[in-house]
Amino acid sequence: MECYLDNSATTRVKKEVADLTYKLMTQDYGNPSSMHLIGMKAENYVKEARNQIAATLKAKPLEIIFTSGGTESNNLAIIQAAFAKKRSGNHIITSKIEHPSVSNTMKYLEENGFEVTYLDVDSQGKVLASELEKALRPDTILVSIMHVNNEIGSLMPIDEFGKIIKNYNKNILFHVDAIQSYGKYNIRPDRMGIDLLSVSGHKIHAPKGSGFLYKNEKVNFKPLIHGGGQQEGYRSGTENVPAIAGLGLAAKLMYDNLDEKTRNMRELRAFFIENMSATEGISINGPLNNDEAAPHIISVSFKGMRSEVMLHALEERGIYVSAGSACSSNKPAISKTLLAINLDKDLLDSTVRYSLNGDNNKEEIIYAIENTKEIYAKYKKYMRH
Amino acid sequence: MNYKAFLIKYGEIGVKGKNRYLFENALLNQIRYALAKVDGEFEVTKEQGRVYVEVIGEYDYLDTVDALKRVFGIAAICPVVHVEDSGKEALFEDVKKYIKETYGQKEHTFKVNVRRARKDYPIKSMELNAMIGEQILEAFENMKVDVHNPEIMLNIEIRKKIYIYSEEIKGPGGMPVGTAGKAMLLLSGGIDSPVAGYMVSKRGVEIDAVYFHAPPYTSERAKQKVVDLAREISVYTGPIKLHVVNFTDIQLYIYDQCPHDELTIIMRRYMMKIAEHFANENKCLGLVTGESIGQVASQTMYSLACTNEVCEMPVYRPLIAFDKQDIVDISEKIGTYETSILPFEDCCTIFVAKHPVTKPSLKVIKRSEVKLAEKIDELMKTAIETTEVIEVK
Repeated sequence: MECYLDNSATTRVKKEVADLTYKLMTQDYGNPSSMHLIGMKAENYVKEARNQIAATLKAKPLEIIFTSGGTESNNLAIIQAAFAKKRSGNHIITSKIEHPSVSNTMKYLEENGFEVTYLDVDSQGKVLASELEKALRPDTILVSIMHVNNEIGSLMPIDEFGKIIKNYNKNILFHVDAIQSYGKYNIRPDRMGIDLLSVSGHKIHAPKGSGFLYKNEKVNFKPLIHGGGQQEGYRSGTENVPAIAGLGLAAKLMYDNLDEKTRNMRELRAFFIENMSATEGISINGPLNNDEAAPHIISVSFKGMRSEVMLHALEERGIYVSAGSACSSNKPAISKTLLAINLDKDLLDSTVRYSLNGDNNKEEIIYAIENTKEIYAKYKKYMRH
Repeated sequence: MNYKAFLIKYGEIGVKGKNRYLFENALLNQIRYALAKVDGEFEVTKEQGRVYVEVIGEYDYLDTVDALKRVFGIAAICPVVHVEDSGKEALFEDVKKYIKETYGQKEHTFKVNVRRARKDYPIKSMELNAMIGEQILEAFENMKVDVHNPEIMLNIEIRKKIYIYSEEIKGPGGMPVGTAGKAMLLLSGGIDSPVAGYMVSKRGVEIDAVYFHAPPYTSERAKQKVVDLAREISVYTGPIKLHVVNFTDIQLYIYDQCPHDELTIIMRRYMMKIAEHFANENKCLGLVTGESIGQVASQTMYSLACTNEVCEMPVYRPLIAFDKQDIVDISEKIGTYETSILPFEDCCTIFVAKHPVTKPSLKVIKRSEVKLAEKIDELMKTAIETTEVIEVK
């Protein structure tokens, strides 16, 4: 059996989406900027995608900027918001468990004269509202906090954060990295005080190289990528029409019957945790309670067994997972998220992430549970000295 | 400059008495193999003890020289200019043009060396030497003749066409692969073993290789890395038959049964046994390893004595007295370094004890190995039977 449980790394493109993408590469392949009919057709696909995505957020179509993916969205939002607000102050707040596309962007801003506060998280990987409140200052210009952590699935109360920030000072911009949560939750940026929201396409069954940034129409900043002035000048470069149209369709499909799909994932997650945590030496990281965790991410530590060995042993049986968070590179590096939740030192290198998608079924989860347990029983005695 | 041929000079082959033709033929084969990957059509010929690469039509000069620089047995590569034989006056002009384009007006000493492969050419070599020398002296005021120790040896060969050459590009030396039998290289993902393979191959030895894979401890990427390394050295050694042995069960069994500080030594003894098995199967005359005295615990003189003891076949260790930096330098030169340092775990480091034995005694090791008696033969058999063979070229 093949059982792909690495959906937080990337997902399979849905067939309808792939078909549409293919059609836009081979038939309706125009450049939206071209004045002729083929160009107009392409432009209409981009418009359609913009409408589809705006509908999922109850946002305005012009608030959607298409990018090359989550990393670009995060860079565009954080860097350009910071520079746009520079005259009001130079203090930025983020958390200690952000994805590298946020944390390394923050580092870049620090090198450019900004001051960044990194909020701690509790043992469940949650940023506390009280900590955020304490960190806000008169010179704070931007807050960037992820909605769902990519490694352990902890869920942040972003609507509460939005209120706190806007109550303190409505001019502070609030950016949310929603790369792991979009398509799993209903998000209403306008009601949650969110000014900027990053989304990646390939995490929601759209092609790699697609993504968008929601930018509230009242926010104004300069582009990161300069050129022919496409997308109202916010993001130059000929629109990646096939990927954009695919992203629009994938977004729509994610939000059709959203509740049913997330309920299914939640049930599988609960079933997995229940069956796994009974084994000695196996522990679950992050919130156990389904209400405080993303429906699709499960972080599991195996005492005495290196995560890489578990990963490759599962791979031999057709089960694909991540070691810690392998989204960024092959290099085994110690996870900042796991450090931030004060995970036992011996478990840092022994943690594996299983991540689901809406199509996973119970049979697959049972297969994954049984094999994981079997592998653990076989290999745990071969510890390195 | 429009070079249309290369004269290949070979070093040591020249001195090999009656077997010389075997060495020359091997060299021709290796040159053809190396040039097969270069754009262009080439004819490789041997005549009167000289090897020529003739170019037919368009070709890529730099790629051609690069490929030739990797053929063991070549001492030097001389790019040759062809001119038509249209009488001596035309030849003088061609020679002057050649000197001008190659050396400009710089100050040099030179000597002319005419060689008539075609004896019906009307002027004798000695006379032509003097005539051409005079022409050059007249046309280039900074040129001086030095017949004993010239900076430029201007060679002119009268064949169907006339060949002019004076430059020499250094080749890798060594002996052509295929003249010294075959050896089985123990190839890990590290820096040393590819260099060891390269060095032995430089003496004319064909190389096959064996790699010990230990899933799930080592990944598919680690295996790919070894395939890539084999491909990188195959540029020099020719095609390599790479044996990928699944070693996990043997390793875990040793872990179960033997003292942990002896794991590496015992494991390496079984690796040598398996490598020797495949060496025999492939008619190899020896094993090659990248070991160097004292580099790690398993490479002390004591440890080497223990691992060596299991083999009946000679084990060649070309790096035995090299410092690590010297090995790194060679791996950078031959182009394997960047691949070697990719960070994937190899099977030797999985169970390394904190304090492995550095002075193992053969008696003690053998006593520990008795504890493996029950299953080891079966496990070895399975490992050999399930070995995957990858043809790398």
